[in-house]
Amino acid sequence: MADVTITVDGKKITAPAGTLLIEVCKTAGIEIPAFCYYPGLSLQAACRMCVVRQEKVPKLQTACTTQIAEGQVFFTDTPEVVQARKATLQLLLGNHPLDCPVCDAGGECELQDMTFKYGAADSFYAEPKNHREEQKWSPVVYFDRPRCILCYRCVRVCGEGMDVFALAVENRGSSSIIVPNVPAQLAPDNLAQLDCEQCGMCIDICPVGALTSGTYRYKTRPWEMNHVATVCTHCGDGCKTTLGVRSTSDGSQIVRGDNRDKSGINGDFLCNKGRYAFDFANNSERITQPLVRQPNGELKPVSWEEALTYVGTKFAELLNTHGGRSFGVIGGNRLTNEEAYLLQKFARSVLHTNNIDHHRTADYAAFAQSLAGTAGRGASLRDTLIAKAVLLVGGDPTNQNPATAWNLRSNVRHNGARLYIANITEIKLRRQARAFLHVAEYGYGALAEYLAGDDSTSSSVTPDSAALASFRDALRSEESLLILIGNELRGAELKRLIDFGLTIPGAKFALLADYANSRGAADMGLLPDLLPGYTHIGPIDTADPASRIALEYHSPTSPGLDLLEIFDAATVGNLSALYVAGANPVARYDVDPATLKNTFIVVQDMFLTETAVLADVVLPAANLYEKSGCVSNSYGDLQQVKKAADRAGVRSDFEMIVRIADKMGADVRKLVPFGPGSNSEGISADMGQTRGAESGEADRHAVWLTANNLEPRLSPFDPSAMLDEIQRLVPGYKLLRLQLLSGNDQHLSPAAVPIRDDAGLVQISNRRDLVLPANDTLFTSGSLTRYSASLNDLQQNQLRQPIIQIDNKTVVD
Amino acid sequence: MSTVTKSIFTPELAAYFDRLVTVYPLKRSALIPMLLYSQDEVGYVSEAVIQEIAKRLDLFDLDVRSVLSYYSMLRTKPAGKYNVQVCTNISCMLRGGYEILDHCKRRLGIEHKQTTADGMFSLEEVECIGDCCSAPAMQVNYEFHDELTPQKVDEILDEYAAEDRK
Repeated sequence: MADVTITVDGKKITAPAGTLLIEVCKTAGIEIPAFCYYPGLSLQAACRMCVVRQEKVPKLQTACTTQIAEGQVFFTDTPEVVQARKATLQLLLGNHPLDCPVCDAGGECELQDMTFKYGAADSFYAEPKNHREEQKWSPVVYFDRPRCILCYRCVRVCGEGMDVFALAVENRGSSSIIVPNVPAQLAPDNLAQLDCEQCGMCIDICPVGALTSGTYRYKTRPWEMNHVATVCTHCGDGCKTTLGVRSTSDGSQIVRGDNRDKSGINGDFLCNKGRYAFDFANNSERITQPLVRQPNGELKPVSWEEALTYVGTKFAELLNTHGGRSFGVIGGNRLTNEEAYLLQKFARSVLHTNNIDHHRTADYAAFAQSLAGTAGRGASLRDTLIAKAVLLVGGDPTNQNPATAWNLRSNVRHNGARLYIANITEIKLRRQARAFLHVAEYGYGALAEYLAGDDSTSSSVTPDSAALASFRDALRSEESLLILIGNELRGAELKRLIDFGLTIPGAKFALLADYANSRGAADMGLLPDLLPGYTHIGPIDTADPASRIALEYHSPTSPGLDLLEIFDAATVGNLSALYVAGANPVARYDVDPATLKNTFIVVQDMFLTETAVLADVVLPAANLYEKSGCVSNSYGDLQQVKKAADRAGVRSDFEMIVRIADKMGADVRKLVPFGPGSNSEGISADMGQTRGAESGEADRHAVWLTANNLEPRLSPFDPSAMLDEIQRLVPGYKLLRLQLLSGNDQHLSPAAVPIRDDAGLVQISNRRDLVLPANDTLFTSGSLTRYSASLNDLQQNQLRQPIIQIDNKTVVD
Repeated sequence: MSTVTKSIFTPELAAYFDRLVTVYPLKRSALIPMLLYSQDEVGYVSEAVIQEIAKRLDLFDLDVRSVLSYYSMLRTKPAGKYNVQVCTNISCMLRGGYEILDHCKRRLGIEHKQTTADGMFSLEEVECIGDCCSAPAMQVNYEFHDELTPQKVDEILDEYAAEDRK
């Protein structure tokens, strides 16, 4: 709309006509307080805090609902306005308990801030306050009724934002109350309950302490924690989460996960896993000492030095006697990019084997190769919030990629985005879809062919050929399309769908995976047949830039064994050693423990998993919240991981790999190019030597570097040294260091480098499909599930009370 | 539209509801009329009523409860067979509305929003029922009684009790 000029407090402001006054003022740096107003949600005008005086209008106006027009004159800070706000606060405080000293929100409470600002602590209301007991609505959501100021934010975010509608207001006037969707009379224990996705958005958005989190309440105060913004470890969306961390006797513990950093890739959103399921780290079963199997079969705690020496010696010995081909290396989906890269480099250059794989949760190899030679076709998670048209084939974002689902819902709500969904089940997102196509089982391949123009496959997609035809017509009429693909589509099927998408000029693609760094693990080359950046393994050609990595590694020129072949090799006695970093293949792929009897197994993990109990050496690992580095989400958005928590005794996978290499007698400087004179493109840290530092100076300098998110690249355990090499060698990882270190996301498309010849095509059809998605639900997160008390509580809660309400509502026409 | 196969309402009311959802541009506009008609037929808005109405209007049960709890004339517990509503708004108050209310309380042995043990009478203190000219007034179910005195109230209540025994 056309710009208009208004006057606020004597200041001329120009903004598009129809913009809300409260937003105009915010942009102009004029603060207007509000409880009920929340950007992105419908307007409520319930709290009356944002009142302003408008010239020639008899009554005070609410800035949150006033749309500006030419020539309007407003006053936001007159004594009249201040008095009105003060009176509003006094009314709000009429029943609000002044229990700030014990309230969770104390210190970060909007009502508290406003009360201080307007000096409304003295009240004219002498009547006793209405007290009500707190209610437990679910294992994670608690409600303190008297603290509620009825701003309706929770009601709106649950309905509009989450499409769950589990909260509402009942009664009226001073007896109004927020209620959950299972009333006391229907609940098994006669206590009102929430039957919902337990995302905790209502807690996050509550301006006061009325809604509090079961995992955090009464544990600490906001100012007693350090707040570290890092990336959630759970699903492949890679949400930014702010972890509240507090010191304990053996490190520092995460006490809260929330979303204070609304600038992150996930905007306002965080799901239940990001918010509560950090507690696996505090599980009592966590191992904090290296364990080495003794001749009597027992695992005995030993020192790090002893364990690593043992691993190094044994690896070197087996490498000498049996060769690299007898080694198997398996990495995890929650390693950082630096660790994943280092692990495969260690396997290829130190162990001289390509027998390396990871638990694949989506076929990124096929994805990357289908997009080979294209540019700008990879979608960012941010695209899901702005794309005009979105096609979702397969997947179930609501359960498996909640931030994607949130963004799609927001996009439909705010921008009227056209969402097209094809799925074999009636996923919840269909409620936002312009068209939902119910695909027959195993019908995705046929769908891809049909979309590409092959009408003969119609009957394999769905019996409803008319719906199918109009679905395709709608897609064809889109000039740009964001295509989100579930991990059910792999190999040739995936390629067919992408080939169809590539015919739409503005189409972008994303493949949805399961964990924080599933994408990174594949990008970094935890694959037997592909080097980092999906670089083909083959004869080395010094003229071909694609051989650059292999040339530096001196790695074998033929593909290695994949994950299943590694265990097949063990079965026939050809696997002398198995090195597992952050994975549990024995449980995941149902491996018979007996086959591993004669294999020397080293496992790096937090817990004694099914794989770890078989190991000869178990090394206690730090989790993603306890280390730094970077990860790539499903979309290829690269983000920085910052060390938040700490646990005495554990080490990062990075450090362990380097130390094992060192104990094997490998040149660590070659593995991790650290220190001055390294061939890194980044600048090595000046630790003070150039200034003739005296003792202690270097330490202080290191503190400064850390404080500025710079890491001294003097240590062999320094991930940023590895990142230099990733940046230098891995196709598509031309990242912006400043962007990364500022805590911002950046989109990378490691698929953009064409593979020599048509090797890519051949590979896709020949490649074994080893993708085994975790099929996580809202309340599971792969192998971490069983160690997270909050996820278990939520599962139990859900069993007691199956989700009946949130998915039975059809779209209102 | 969600179809309701086993309605808890009489066939006439169910048929009426089938039509009612079609007459508004927005289906949920039929919510309040439906609640009122259901209350008249069932006696109160029961859990089953909430669920059926939600289903008919494609709403969540919670949406129905939210509206239901806003209006004091909608009730979620059974009232007596004769629901006595005594007005105590200004005209009635000036002409002895509270005496009438107190008399009812004594006579029936119940308080505001309560029901007699035999389920015959329930009592409510209500706001203006639009009979100010002949205050004080009360309403029993849908029948008006005005220019009340305690004696007259006794006669009226006796009459209802007798009617029931017939």
